[in-house]
Amino acid sequence: MSGYSLRGLHWFNALSAGASVVEGLPPSLKVADAELGRFIAVVADPDNRFPRARNGEVGLLEGWGLAKAVDDAISADRDNAKKRPIIAIVDVPSQAYGRREEALGIHQALAGAADSYARARLAGHPVIALLVGKAMSGAFLAHGYQANRLIALRDPGVMVHAMGKASAARVTLRSVEELEALASSVPPMAYDIDSYASLGLLWETLSVQQIEQPTEEDLTRVTECLKQAISDVTSTDLKGRLGASNRAASSKVRELLRAQW
Amino acid sequence: MTDSAALLNKHSFVELGARQRAQALLDAGTFRELLDPFQRVMSPWLERQGVVPQADDGVIIAKGSLDGLPVVIAAIEGAFQGGSLGEVGGAKIAGALELAAEDNRNGIPTRAVLLLETGGVRLQEANLGLAAIADIHAAIVDLQQYQPVVGVVAGSVGCFGGMSIAAALCSYLLVTQEARLGLNGPQVIEQEAGIEEYDSRDRPFIWSLTGGEQRFNTGLVDRYVGDDVAQIRQQVGELLQQGLPAQPRSQRAEWFLQRLRKLNTDQQIEPSVVRDLYQGERS
Repeated sequence: MSGYSLRGLHWFNALSAGASVVEGLPPSLKVADAELGRFIAVVADPDNRFPRARNGEVGLLEGWGLAKAVDDAISADRDNAKKRPIIAIVDVPSQAYGRREEALGIHQALAGAADSYARARLAGHPVIALLVGKAMSGAFLAHGYQANRLIALRDPGVMVHAMGKASAARVTLRSVEELEALASSVPPMAYDIDSYASLGLLWETLSVQQIEQPTEEDLTRVTECLKQAISDVTSTDLKGRLGASNRAASSKVRELLRAQW
Repeated sequence: MTDSAALLNKHSFVELGARQRAQALLDAGTFRELLDPFQRVMSPWLERQGVVPQADDGVIIAKGSLDGLPVVIAAIEGAFQGGSLGEVGGAKIAGALELAAEDNRNGIPTRAVLLLETGGVRLQEANLGLAAIADIHAAIVDLQQYQPVVGVVAGSVGCFGGMSIAAALCSYLLVTQEARLGLNGPQVIEQEAGIEEYDSRDRPFIWSLTGGEQRFNTGLVDRYVGDDVAQIRQQVGELLQQGLPAQPRSQRAEWFLQRLRKLNTDQQIEPSVVRDLYQGERS
């Protein structure tokens, strides 16, 4: 039993079966051009040159590698009226926490990835993020959060959050138990996908039979959903995320700013 | 001017609050605050967690001009909740940048300046802070299709978490000696990776890796200035005049990957290694 998640890899392999693999990227990145579009996953590389990024974390190589994988798609389609969809398969436990990472500017590497995903979206590539596992903090900001549409599979292991429980407890000077008690009554603090869905950020949630290793039926279902999401993309902005009652202040602030601008 | 006269003329920028910083940068008489504290648009999430909210949620949005150029300034108040971004403060910054981009699409050349003193996501509003920061990233990239976005990390909070990514997306970054810039706060790295990897109480060590001077010497920021209002104002003005950079730092994946390939990662890293790797003979 490995200490890291294999979900991202399994979903990538299933969704990109028979597709042409994109080479020249760090081993922790899986990239392939399939009929549906360019699939991109960050996966665990136990031999990663950066020891703090061996369990699927988004580190320096991953941030810059994602930027390159997305940039290449943007350049390849520059003169095409139809831009290939880009589908981020998200199973990222965290950004990499380490001395090398801070020293070498991991923040800049993650900005590279976010910049590329955002420019792809602005250039007219439908960008979709499919959450099959954890989508944590800086890792998610670099890989998935710039997508036009966010889709999450329904499973207790699918989780979006700003910080792991132990660290969040330490920073907010609470015990893990106190943090959990609060989280259950404050939707943006909760760790479960239903609470996250109540914030209006997800375009769709989907149930599958086998989250770890998709069945044929799962694959059909998710592929169908990805197709719908791609055809649903008609603008290049993120306005589709606004509107939920648990995110009402985000809309109100924008209305007031516009009125006073 | 003698040294003592220069010292007397020096006004600290770091000591100013967020609103005063925005005022200090804008041309005299042009400061106009949007969603000011009297409108009391506050966090809907803090009170139920026993935290007293603030009437501006720790973020100041001001329009005005800088050297005659139309700008919007978003300034984070490091003194409120460590400059952390929640739903309201985050939406103020994202919304202001979105409107600046819209201005440009309508022929009005609004530029943006971000004054960053922040630990990143406000954990009491976790996922709404994270979502707002994703919106801020999106808006910076959008606006940079037309105009530069200048980031300033003056100190003393520094700039961390998702907002360090926002800083790294800026067209230009300016820091002082009082600034720190990094993705993960020292405490969190120590918690996640252990004290051998990162000793959060060893301040000289932390400054040597993430302090303003090192970030400048490694080319991860563009300007390194003294803590002086006039100097900072002048440099921000120069950067705004420069227009968009020819090669933004966040669009140099190939270059960084090539440099990282040369690095020996068997040993732990020293500040001088980063300077040599990213700057070569320049440092």
